[in-house]
Amino acid sequence: MLTGIAGTLESNDAMITVTPADKLTIEVKSVVDAFYHDQIVKVIKDTLFDSKIANISVMCQDKGALDYTIRARLLTAISRMEEQNG
Amino acid sequence: MVRSMLFIPGNNPAMLQNADVFGADAVIIDLEDAVSIQEKDAARILVKAYLESIDHPPMKIYIRINGLDTTDYEKDLQSVVTDQIDGIVLPKAKVCDVERLLTLLYKIESETHMQKIIGIIPIVESAKSVLEIEKLAALSRIQGMLLGAEDLSADMELMRTITGTEIEYPRARMAFACKAYKIDAIDTPFTDTSDNLGLIADCQKAQNLGLNAKAAIHPNQLETIHDVFSPSLQRIEWAKRVLKAAKKADDQGLGVFSLDGKMIDKPIIERATKIMESAKKYRLLPVEHA
Amino acid sequence: MLNTLGRVVPDTVRGFISATNYQSQERILIPEKAVVDKPLFLGSIKAIFDQYHITDGMTLSFHHHLRNGDQVLNQVCREIQIRGIMNLTIAPSSIFPNNAIIAELIEAGNITNIRTNYINGPAAIPIDQGKLKGLLLMDTHGGRARAIESGDLKIDVAILACPAVDYDGNGSGTEGLSACGTLGYAQSDLRYAAKVILITDTLVNRVKQIDFDGKYVDAIVKIDSIGDPEGIVSGTTKITKDPVGLKIARDAAAFLYQAGVIKPGFSMQTGAGGTSLAVAYQVRKMMIQNQIHGSFASGGTNGYYADMLKEGWIDQIYDVQCFDLDAVKSYRDNPRHLAISASKYGNPFEKDPIVNQLSFVALGATEIDLDFNVNVTTDSLGRLIGGSGGHADTAHGAAVTIITTTLAKARLPIIKERVTAITTPGEDVDVLVTERGIAINPRRTDLIDKMKNSRLTIMTIGELMAISHQISGIPQAIKKPGKVTGLIVYRDGTILDQLYQRL
Repeated sequence: MLTGIAGTLESNDAMITVTPADKLTIEVKSVVDAFYHDQIVKVIKDTLFDSKIANISVMCQDKGALDYTIRARLLTAISRMEEQNG
Repeated sequence: MVRSMLFIPGNNPAMLQNADVFGADAVIIDLEDAVSIQEKDAARILVKAYLESIDHPPMKIYIRINGLDTTDYEKDLQSVVTDQIDGIVLPKAKVCDVERLLTLLYKIESETHMQKIIGIIPIVESAKSVLEIEKLAALSRIQGMLLGAEDLSADMELMRTITGTEIEYPRARMAFACKAYKIDAIDTPFTDTSDNLGLIADCQKAQNLGLNAKAAIHPNQLETIHDVFSPSLQRIEWAKRVLKAAKKADDQGLGVFSLDGKMIDKPIIERATKIMESAKKYRLLPVEHA
Repeated sequence: MLNTLGRVVPDTVRGFISATNYQSQERILIPEKAVVDKPLFLGSIKAIFDQYHITDGMTLSFHHHLRNGDQVLNQVCREIQIRGIMNLTIAPSSIFPNNAIIAELIEAGNITNIRTNYINGPAAIPIDQGKLKGLLLMDTHGGRARAIESGDLKIDVAILACPAVDYDGNGSGTEGLSACGTLGYAQSDLRYAAKVILITDTLVNRVKQIDFDGKYVDAIVKIDSIGDPEGIVSGTTKITKDPVGLKIARDAAAFLYQAGVIKPGFSMQTGAGGTSLAVAYQVRKMMIQNQIHGSFASGGTNGYYADMLKEGWIDQIYDVQCFDLDAVKSYRDNPRHLAISASKYGNPFEKDPIVNQLSFVALGATEIDLDFNVNVTTDSLGRLIGGSGGHADTAHGAAVTIITTTLAKARLPIIKERVTAITTPGEDVDVLVTERGIAINPRRTDLIDKMKNSRLTIMTIGELMAISHQISGIPQAIKKPGKVTGLIVYRDGTILDQLYQRL
């Protein structure tokens, strides 16, 4: 199964797992859900858009990561997933 | 000139986002030893994203890239060489490595139309590097030199000790070269983060040999490092008095004058001026309190 | 209706007016309880229920000097459960995680009302869920003393754990298997409850130091163990090693020094958490550097302050509770380590409470808003995580009140437009120190003036909030709360804010 994982569950980090999919699905579990859920989803969507990726399943376990950390971890996960593709 | 350079592990978001709060004069964001091989890609991308997010940080920013003997250094440079940073810290640096790095930096800077000219701080951590110290210091864009005692003593097959006899020679040689070329001489980190007295002693040894700064591996080392490598209150008082007397002498048309029974001439006035500049820069001038 | 801070409070109560309004009020004192010739010796906690006919609807009080090692409150709760007594009001001065059994009694209706100064742990959950049939009333430490002495909080039976008791009914906090130091929070209960029972695990012929005057004691029960020493005085609190916390502490001490607060004869209180202790450490550094001696430290004390007293950096300690064994020993052995009651500590109606003599207090916050109102009662989701304790008392009394906190906790900014719940009104909060800057309450034109040449990073609280938003992003608003579950009671009995169902 092609999967890319990046990041950790340490404070202020996010562990992001991506797999190829038929459509875009984003799941976010955050320690600051009530306050930043929508913002985190937005950052993920924007990053995917900038990377021109649509058919992907993203799972984000967030421990209070700032926007740029989420973006970085997502980009790393995608790159690792694509590396497995050969 | 700096007093401290704090290593920040490149793959650690919690440390990166506080990099500007710890109070170091400069940070070295580490893509090399602080990052495992499997995480080199993650660190690179995270540091790039971090650099894009900051605006006018209060400290200088350096990046320790992976050595030129690895496959990572090129991607490291592509990711981090931007106007956001002040320089590259180059591990296991020899003259030929720095020359190669200079070419790469020049290439990236012109391709990406950067405003800045990125500096270099070579790490002296092999016997060969020690022998090249003066040549390294003379190279273009060198802003300072960092002593890497752990790797150096391994290369020399010597034990690292608390007394530091094994690194006295490279410390001194580095100090002279850096002073000659007016660049920072940065001492090796003190690895026992729980031993503050040991840190003080180590800083003083380095200072006594002529180094002006120390690398830190933990933010809690910074207070002590700054205490040692900043001009003391007494030195600042002395410098104030010298400059006051110098101004007075100048007004009276005197070239040379005496203070406390000692002759004060141009070199001493220059030292006093440098001390006051440091004091201002590091906000050490005594605050009047209510 | 709205109180003067713009918070909704019930129409049936007196809303908060101002932090100084008590100055125009008369002190109300009910008569002290009947003096007892000789205390009864009962065989068990069960026996208390039989002897004093503990029935539905009564009010039972407790103190929290055994902190998270307390067994007395738990055993009494167990007995209530067994007997199926209903609709009780319990008034422990604080509730800790090891008092989880309270949650069961709330759900079953044994307990319908709670009055306390601090609540943390499983007991808070059913309250957040709206399962408490009555209300949770949260006082300050000084305010609880006022409530008891004025009859606001009428106690039927005070069940007071006491490390050592003698045959005259005198109690001591410094002897016995579970020595816990001073017993300041129980002094009002001792004098004004209708009946007072001491629970001990150590009976002696004569206590060396009297903390509970035996003349008020109706009965004594000896059990095997009143608490777990590990949970009572858990080691010595250590100064934080977190570099960001240390920076905040350094800046807080520098602020105090530059503002002229740290001068010969000054007094201080800092609480016992890791960052608070770091503030104490930095202040002590300044004292040593400048050879400045202080008059007293108060609190909540621990070994760190005991050392300062021993070394002569402060003349006295006024102690309302001991957090560790070093503090207990110091209280026991050092004549300049004095016990004070919660009333003497922070009751606004005392003539000269200790809090009014403080040069400064350094406190924490879960939230602070643009008016400098502070929340230490709930988290940002409105869930109960603490309570004033001495926060609102010291903030009012101290000449300078400093709040030390990081700018954000796990991304969430601490500075809000409006706090979720007001524990301490902004008029009593003077300075906010974070790792990225310091804000001074605009009311304190004197401090603003004193610090105008300071090289510390000083800005408005609005600017600090903007920085935190720049870094973290602006947090979403949380969903609207459910029904009212409790009230935050200010030191003078007026109502600061309401607590709401959040789960």
